[in-house]
Amino acid sequence: MTAAEIQFDTDGNLHHFLTIEGLGRDTLLQILDMAESFIDVGHREIKKVPLLRGKTVVNLFFESSTRTRTTFELAAKRLSADVINLNPQRLSTSKGETVLDTVKNLEAMHTDLFVVRDSHSGAAFLVAQHVPPYVSIINGGDGRHEHPTQAMLDVFTIRQHRPDFQNLRVAIVGDILHSRVARSQIHALNILGAAEIRVIGPNTLLPTEVERLGVHVYNDMKLGLKDVDIVIMLRLQLERMQGSLIASAQEYFNLYGLTQDKLEYAKPDALVMHPGPINRGLEIASDVADGPNSVILSQVTNGIAVRMSVMAMLLGGQSTRRQD
Amino acid sequence: MGLLIRNGHLIDPAHNIDGQHDLYINDGFVAALDQQPADFVIGRIVDAQGLVVCPGLIDMRARLREPGLEHKATIDSEVKAAISAGITTLCIPPDTNPVIDNPAMAQMIQQRAWRTGKTFIHPIGALTKNLEGSVLTDMAALDEAGCVGVSNALNPVRDTVVMRRAMQYASTFDLTVFLHAQDPWLQGNGCVHEGQISTRLGLPAIPEAAETVGVARELALIETTGARCHFCQLSTARAVEMVAEAQHRGLPVTADVSAHHLHLTEHDIGFFNTQCHVIPPLRTERDRDQLRQAVKDGIISVICSDHQPHEPDAKLAPFSESEPGISGVETLLPLTLKLTDGKQLSLSEAVATLTHRPARILGIDAGHLAPGATADVCIFDPEQEWLFDRERMVSRGRNTPFQGWPFRGKVTHVLIGGEIAYESGSNQPDDRREPVSDSLLRR
Repeated sequence: MTAAEIQFDTDGNLHHFLTIEGLGRDTLLQILDMAESFIDVGHREIKKVPLLRGKTVVNLFFESSTRTRTTFELAAKRLSADVINLNPQRLSTSKGETVLDTVKNLEAMHTDLFVVRDSHSGAAFLVAQHVPPYVSIINGGDGRHEHPTQAMLDVFTIRQHRPDFQNLRVAIVGDILHSRVARSQIHALNILGAAEIRVIGPNTLLPTEVERLGVHVYNDMKLGLKDVDIVIMLRLQLERMQGSLIASAQEYFNLYGLTQDKLEYAKPDALVMHPGPINRGLEIASDVADGPNSVILSQVTNGIAVRMSVMAMLLGGQSTRRQD
Repeated sequence: MGLLIRNGHLIDPAHNIDGQHDLYINDGFVAALDQQPADFVIGRIVDAQGLVVCPGLIDMRARLREPGLEHKATIDSEVKAAISAGITTLCIPPDTNPVIDNPAMAQMIQQRAWRTGKTFIHPIGALTKNLEGSVLTDMAALDEAGCVGVSNALNPVRDTVVMRRAMQYASTFDLTVFLHAQDPWLQGNGCVHEGQISTRLGLPAIPEAAETVGVARELALIETTGARCHFCQLSTARAVEMVAEAQHRGLPVTADVSAHHLHLTEHDIGFFNTQCHVIPPLRTERDRDQLRQAVKDGIISVICSDHQPHEPDAKLAPFSESEPGISGVETLLPLTLKLTDGKQLSLSEAVATLTHRPARILGIDAGHLAPGATADVCIFDPEQEWLFDRERMVSRGRNTPFQGWPFRGKVTHVLIGGEIAYESGSNQPDDRREPVSDSLLRR
């Protein structure tokens, strides 16, 4: 089964949002355009539209998260949906309830949409294969695989500043190997026609054959940042040091931390982005994170509008479909 | 009363027989070829016109899940599945629960199999106690109890000194050591081949080097100990080259491959298809092609099912959390015959990888049909085309990536000890067969 086959329903409407890979340019632009219309909602005194009134959205986060879950929750509430947040403890040792058991129980309560986050690649895809046809799934991050809504809010933020993707050079810096965000970003930027995508990091943090995803590989950050329009920094998980993937935090920061010095190699008006939460002094210097090139906080703001857009696309106008 | 299998295309690679012959069977044994013996009374005739008649197949690696994992399958359920697929001799790895690391366990498993009275199960004994990789087992006793070799199965022997001594000790009793050579650190918690698919899907990966490092260490130890070793389930082209080089230098090494590694690649995983989760993982197209070539060249002399039946839930999990393995006995012959479609193997070579070659490595008198041999016979229609359907599987485990695959060649009759144990059209193997006598068991 291909990614496209499961994401679209028989009428060709987007029904699940699991992966960017395989989606068309039109679909991505549709999401971005609709998100544009939701930006205003956040600025109103009454921050609500009635699009999903009567719908139930469950945020099912097997992996803990604050920021992502909060923006999904706000997005659903601003669309007037009823929202439930669940963080089931899944202890791998005790072989407790499986992901599918949990979903089936909740589905029996007539949920319309699940946002699923799990530490295992493919988890959201698995759930999507086993829910009834009237239930939609959004992948809120699955292992190292994809985090599609994050990538959409990133390209949304880029588009606000650089509407023309054709001339865009983008550098993604850091732990590409473990990053679901990077994978989704690479697919999204390629689909939208970015001129060049570079990945920068030590060989221990670059997955095998990463070039096949449509990127150029750089080990030297200064070379890699040369003349880029966008610098996307990835979060470095501190536990990677124990796995001999990096030598020390100090050497990592020296080589791959984004400082004002290194940023000079990029275009003068280059945007600095980070999916958060940031490790100041490990992958990015504070003055850069808070500096004039940084759009890190607008990424967070845009996250709500983009997630509203995805939810509205999946559930909007489908109120008659349910047959129970 | 004797049984005559008439006009079949007899393939008995052990004796270079590949042509039309009549096979006379009496009293559980092959009585004669072509010439009816003087005292032979024909009780039943099987007309094998257009069919291939070959020795009963030997599956050198099948997990039956009993004892320990009876919720997945039992000896009874899996023996039935094996017989329906032409397999008359099974060899099981020691990683049952409890582990086959003492003579009592080895005997118990054989007795349970004998009680089903239908096929022979040869256990492989554990190389180290409880497969923990530290203390050697009583190998002489395991040998005595019917084990056809020793192995640490998928559990690594991390300590090289222990592995060296295990080989030395096994060679004392002329026991073959069955090796699953993988470097445990490089394998880690990986579940797919390290390459474009692991990168695209973000799954923990097992690099080619996990196998080549493992094979290199074992080859160095074989060189100094002289132990006779068999490499199980090679999955990479590079490891095949290393084994070929060792064979060329005269080291006592043989190798097998799992049938699925000859047909599937990492690309078959598609979008997290857990039916393709196997260890070692499915590798690249180049690896698959080189494995096929190695079978053709005889570097890899045996094809196994690597049968691992599972309950449905085992595969209903995120890819890395799902349990690895394929329910494979029923696709062993079809997948092997598929290699004859593309002319990679002749029919006789295909049969050899499933009969006398594994018998030779296991040191058992099976897998051939000379007069006097036990009449374990597989008869199949080489031209019958059919679609593989998981709903019709006999095995209790229906975990297969081959759903809907078109196959050519289907088993029509299976004889064990001269008795018809399976006949296509009748759903159940013959349950009325009498228990096997002691003399048969000791062959």
